[in-house]
Amino acid sequence: MSDLKKICALTEIPQLGSRVVKTEKHGDIAIFRTSDDEVFAVHDKCPHKQGPLSQGIVHGKQVTCPLHSWKINLDTGEAQAPDVGCTKSFAARLENGEVYLSI
Amino acid sequence: MEKMKLVLVGNGMAGVRTLEELRKIAPDMYDITVFGAEPHPNYNRILLSPVLAGEMTIQDIILNDLDWYKDNGIALHTGKKITKIDRKARKVIADDGTEAEYDRLLLATGSNPFILPVPGKDLPGVISYRDIADTDAMIEAAKAHKHAVVIGAGLLGLEAANGLILRGMSVTVVHLGEWIMERQLDKTAANMMQKALEAKGMQFRLSASTTELVQGESGRVCALKLKSGETLPADLVVMAAGIRPNTTLAESAGLHCNRGIVVNDTLQTYDPRVYAVGECANHRGTAYGLVAPLFEQAKVAANHLAMYGIGRYQGSVTSTKLKVTGIDVFSAGDFSGGEGTEDIVLSDPGAGVYKRVVIKDDKIVGAVAYGDTADGSWYFQMLKDGQNIADIRDHLLFGKSHLGDAGHKGQNQAASLPDTAEICGCNGVCKGTIVKAIKENGLFTLDDVRKHTKASSSCGSCTGLVEQIIASTVGGAYTPADSNNKAVCGCTEHSHGEVRKAIREQHLIDIPSVQHAMGWKTPNGCSSCRPALNYYLISTWPHEAKDDPQSRFINERAHANIQKDGTYSVVPRMLGGLTTPDELRAIADAADKFKVPTVKVTGGQRIDLLGVKKDDLPKIWADLSKAGMVSGHAYGKSIRTVKTCVGAEHCRFGTQRSMDMGVKLEKMLFGMWSPHKVKLAVSGCPRNCAEAGIKDVGVIGVDSGYELYVAGNGGIKTEVAEFFCKVKTDEEVMEYSGAFLQLYREEGFYLERTVHYVQRVGLEYVKSKIVENATLRRELYERLLYALQDYTDPWLERSELADKGTLRAAYEDFSA
Repeated sequence: MSDLKKICALTEIPQLGSRVVKTEKHGDIAIFRTSDDEVFAVHDKCPHKQGPLSQGIVHGKQVTCPLHSWKINLDTGEAQAPDVGCTKSFAARLENGEVYLSI
Repeated sequence: MEKMKLVLVGNGMAGVRTLEELRKIAPDMYDITVFGAEPHPNYNRILLSPVLAGEMTIQDIILNDLDWYKDNGIALHTGKKITKIDRKARKVIADDGTEAEYDRLLLATGSNPFILPVPGKDLPGVISYRDIADTDAMIEAAKAHKHAVVIGAGLLGLEAANGLILRGMSVTVVHLGEWIMERQLDKTAANMMQKALEAKGMQFRLSASTTELVQGESGRVCALKLKSGETLPADLVVMAAGIRPNTTLAESAGLHCNRGIVVNDTLQTYDPRVYAVGECANHRGTAYGLVAPLFEQAKVAANHLAMYGIGRYQGSVTSTKLKVTGIDVFSAGDFSGGEGTEDIVLSDPGAGVYKRVVIKDDKIVGAVAYGDTADGSWYFQMLKDGQNIADIRDHLLFGKSHLGDAGHKGQNQAASLPDTAEICGCNGVCKGTIVKAIKENGLFTLDDVRKHTKASSSCGSCTGLVEQIIASTVGGAYTPADSNNKAVCGCTEHSHGEVRKAIREQHLIDIPSVQHAMGWKTPNGCSSCRPALNYYLISTWPHEAKDDPQSRFINERAHANIQKDGTYSVVPRMLGGLTTPDELRAIADAADKFKVPTVKVTGGQRIDLLGVKKDDLPKIWADLSKAGMVSGHAYGKSIRTVKTCVGAEHCRFGTQRSMDMGVKLEKMLFGMWSPHKVKLAVSGCPRNCAEAGIKDVGVIGVDSGYELYVAGNGGIKTEVAEFFCKVKTDEEVMEYSGAFLQLYREEGFYLERTVHYVQRVGLEYVKSKIVENATLRRELYERLLYALQDYTDPWLERSELADKGTLRAAYEDFSA
């Protein structure tokens, strides 16, 4: 059973940016904010060589891994073709300016 | 909402490419129906020659198999020829009565072979060479018959003749021209090629015109008569004397045609609902027959069909890089010579190499290469750019030698490499993998190959080799990408130069306004364009455009270098490579306190602390700041280091105080962002212990002053810096170096090192702005100083010494 946990205010994540949530159960989770204030969360590990996705450049609903530029879809965790791989995604929600994560 | 209907007539490379482009940007806009007269799915027509030669099968050259059409919901009608377009009712009608309605119609009917109007042209055994059926007919004929005549010694004719010889026939090529392939080759190159082909058994009749094809007893063609009176035995006659745009259908529908279906810059015919692309289209008076222009057209047509309304096709300057029967040939521009032109020629018939560059007013106007075509794309680039080649003409013909650098052991002939040869040393991609990807995925461009294989996508030093592999694998013509004018990334059609110009002229000061003004296709760009835009903005409008950290690569955002395990490296600045016992103690203490696993001395005379955790960065910076140290920017597209030798301060040979000069330069440049990293060096005498010959700016002290060198590079490909000028005083060193770097900052493209910038614009141009023009130099220098004033150390701003603010939040994590 996953818990819904309040993480932070939306304003604590920069637009087109990310923050890391350290969890005991799942390790590091990267939480992203897009230009139109949608929030997404994926495991902070690129499926390629475990690069920290939280440190990548965010564009649209994608993040480019800082290590070798794989592009990861924030919604599904899937790498953009022709690269193949997937990182675990988590449900994130925005309510009254607060960001919640389901873990 | 009901989808609009798009009908494509002509299931060939140009038409289907348009659909592929359209699918990328507007996958759901249209219901698509395709009609093809041939019974096959889309195949690579260029590769019919290897099929004829028995090196490939039809299956190998299919680009889009039937599943592709199915998976993309495209209705495909093969073997149905459209005979009528009813523009009023907006529908097309096929020869079997099948009808399809359209909202938009795309014509890609290709071209027809030109059939000589001679008696006997309709006899059995007389064919052209255009499609799979022709190829099959030739293969069948070769099984039963002996003598073949090919009319026309162009690319297609020679490929056909070569294939027929390989299949055991005796072949004569009849050609009207004075030499073979006169559209691609000059006489010398053509003669070399002819000799090589004759050695394979091919026979030629040049300046020869055909008067009649003679019918034999079997009813099949048996001979060919020439105007000279000679009769050649011929059981098979292949007409390869040119092609004509296929406009029959368009003309019958009343669309304006003139040597092709006339289209505008968005590939629309005179009926704006009807588009035409490929060999059937005539754009600004030219019908193109090479694959690269067709693909450019496809892209623009798709853009317009998707209603983006940006992007115009403005014609292509073409070069041809061909592999004819295994021999590499290249040509571009006007190589006929003539009034006011001069030739530079390299001819080595023994080795089978010939290169000729035609020059007019110090610019390349044409080029021909035979045997060794590795430098073809370089010549073509300079031709298109109109680059002045006066200062490189003495080594022009020996090539750019940009191949065969680091990791390639001087290898520059990709074709002769085995499949197991490693091409891309960064990503470990071997030749076989690239060839396989090209064939299996139908790739044609360098970008495609980079995406699918990663080859040449990291440091780029193997780009030339990869281009050669593409050229030899896709067969026919491969036009290298135009590196100077290519789009910044997939988000836009605009080039770096156009973007820089718009930012300056329209006074744009943030990324969203640039993207809006220039019609970006994506909502907020991507990881390629945003860092470039951010740099262009802050370098064009210093103190006005606001730096956007989210558009910077992590290293520049975090002010430290990310490592493979997600930790960072910290390199404090040591001006000119000088340090003190106190600084060293502070570094040692910090390394102990934060358990830094690796301490290393860098190539730029600095100390690197490797393996620092992200949340420790503001803490370690606080300790270093207290000892007076600032960021070394070892992580940025920025000023990195000024390396110095000991110089006149201590050295018995030193003529100038190089350490002092280096410190002054580095202080001046503190906080300078640039298109790519910038490294300097100052040596105190010509022994040059600081290795100034491979730096972006190298300063070498001599007894009477300083020699300045620019645009050197010690990295991916070692480039020796070029002598720039000689100056007397320290102040002049600062002014000239500063002005040079400012010019580079203002005109360089993002990720272009000084060496590539100078190669692009020419050293003469740079000298004219700085060495020969004191006013411009002063202005550039002042603009640099203005941009750099009030720069605050980014480490101090983010260290624990500063107030806790948003800058520091980036280094802290949440826990849950």
